Amino acid sequence: MDRPLAFDPPLPRQNRRLRTAVGCGILLAIVAAIFVAGLFIGNAAVAADFAQKGLPPSWQHPFGTDWLGRDMLLRTVKGLSVSITVGAVAALASAVIAIVMAALAAAGPRWLGGAVNWLIDLAMGVPHLVLLILIAFACGRGMGGLLLGIAVTHWMNLARLLRAEMLQLRGQPYVMVSRRLGHSPAWVVRRHFLPHLLPQCLVGLVLLFPHAILHESALSFLGYGLPPEQPAIGIILSESLRYLTGGMWWLAVFPGLALVALVILFDTLGNGLKKLLAPASAQE
Amino acid sequence: MELTGAPTKAGTAKRVAWAVAKTLLRAVSLVLAATLVAFVLVSLSPVDPVQQYVLGADAVSAEQREAIADYWGLDDPPVQRYLNWLGALLRGDMGTSLLYRQPVAAVIAQRFMNTLALMLTAWVFSGLIGFALGCLMGMWQGSWADGILRRLCLALSSVPTFWLGMVFLLVFAVGLGWFPVGFSGPIGMADGDVTLWQRLHHLALPALTLCFVSFAGVALHTRQKLVDVLQTDYVLFARARGAGRWHILKRHGLRNIALPAVTLQFAAFAELFGGSILAENVFSYPGLGSAVAAAGLNSDVPLLLGITLVSTLFVFTGNLVANILTRVVDPRTRVNGA
Repeated sequence: MDRPLAFDPPLPRQNRRLRTAVGCGILLAIVAAIFVAGLFIGNAAVAADFAQKGLPPSWQHPFGTDWLGRDMLLRTVKGLSVSITVGAVAALASAVIAIVMAALAAAGPRWLGGAVNWLIDLAMGVPHLVLLILIAFACGRGMGGLLLGIAVTHWMNLARLLRAEMLQLRGQPYVMVSRRLGHSPAWVVRRHFLPHLLPQCLVGLVLLFPHAILHESALSFLGYGLPPEQPAIGIILSESLRYLTGGMWWLAVFPGLALVALVILFDTLGNGLKKLLAPASAQE
Repeated sequence: MELTGAPTKAGTAKRVAWAVAKTLLRAVSLVLAATLVAFVLVSLSPVDPVQQYVLGADAVSAEQREAIADYWGLDDPPVQRYLNWLGALLRGDMGTSLLYRQPVAAVIAQRFMNTLALMLTAWVFSGLIGFALGCLMGMWQGSWADGILRRLCLALSSVPTFWLGMVFLLVFAVGLGWFPVGFSGPIGMADGDVTLWQRLHHLALPALTLCFVSFAGVALHTRQKLVDVLQTDYVLFARARGAGRWHILKRHGLRNIALPAVTLQFAAFAELFGGSILAENVFSYPGLGSAVAAAGLNSDVPLLLGITLVSTLFVFTGNLVANILTRVVDPRTRVNGA
């Protein structure tokens, strides 16, 4: 950062900050569009139609149709909509857990910090997918177990990050003064730490989405997540596995690509937000 | 940094031993807690184990069910059951798998070798390919090739493992017919008759899938580390002396980035195991991953607990090695309090 300005490349004519902001806006609009579209696609639109079964991709059915004659594009959009919902709920819950844990570790007594550390190591020690399977099993499968599992297994990295930031803040003069004036740790967390770390929390939340969505689809793929009548991407892909050897490649390729696109979209959105919110990189 | 004279050799050894002992103690407490969590979770399940065992057969009377429940100690308090299970575990008895009707230890032993072969292949190749690619990207950072490769790696790390497996299955098994569709040997052949070549042939696609999902992360990490090293003053000085790219990589780059890369590779055991669960399910590969998915779906509690334990131990071993590697091997962390 201390390099002389003369060595930096010439600034582009367009304001890069503005460009990032517009880009983020467009991505957000796409997410909203997919979500709303998924809500409006009723069950009638994806009803079985045996006259059209097993059609390869065409202009009428860009993603082809499946062995029951259902349009794969509509099913995929519906699945993505489900993924966004699950991702939002689970990522939000995870972020809240992460913030609470980080605050406990940074503002609480020393032993509590050690305990949180130990808990993080424990949660990261059991293979992620095995833990998800166990939780889904404990809840008797279905939506509840899926949400709970994803929520309680994604907070560790964000908690570590936030704890490190809070520990740094704790050494700042204004926080030390605040404590000497008799404010409780909870007050310090609420009035000093959280407002300061809101950008990190927000970015961390958005960047949790991709992981949550990927694990949701993986768990559904294994048969633990959403029930088969839900058109989740994981369900669509696990069903299509049976038809792959028959040559119906479009059943797997397009929904999968759509899922990858959604994950990349959230990743880009998160990184764009990070650039916008963090003062150090505000002009990138 | 405060240096109070050169540390004696014996002092260093003692400190390292203490650090290793502390790490080990922590690992033991964590594994114990992990077994407890797993046990609590499976106990919470709404599935009735007796019902699952008899598979709803009508011929089993209520008294017989009672007898089974009594034999398994299902009416004991949970703490008692956990201690019973732990005690049996320490004696080497992991229970009997309901799904395979065999001792859990035997099922795991059979499948562990398959999974190990799969994970080891993917682990070694993803590490080597990722590291080499990361070095190349770092050395030519900012070039168009670096840009393309970096985007590819970023995209690849967003791809779900199971979908990548399905695409490989489509292209290499269904389309081109180079590899078999699944399992660890030809269908209908006794396990003993399968040749090594056939085993490798069946291993190839799952291993390729697993390798592909993990090498991108390694490459991106290595690249970042190398870029950091290349911006230091000593590299600038080396350049000023007229040292070439490869010379700088060999003398300054590798020495700084090799250890973190190896450490990271050991710390990635959890993801590796998770990936192998998905890859094994796509290719019906008979390893621990397909067994754990089947165990959960069929409410085979002993097998589920057994595989949880084994995989947790596996991950902890990886983390332990990673911890010890950074603390003991790295000369910078060795002097000042290991």
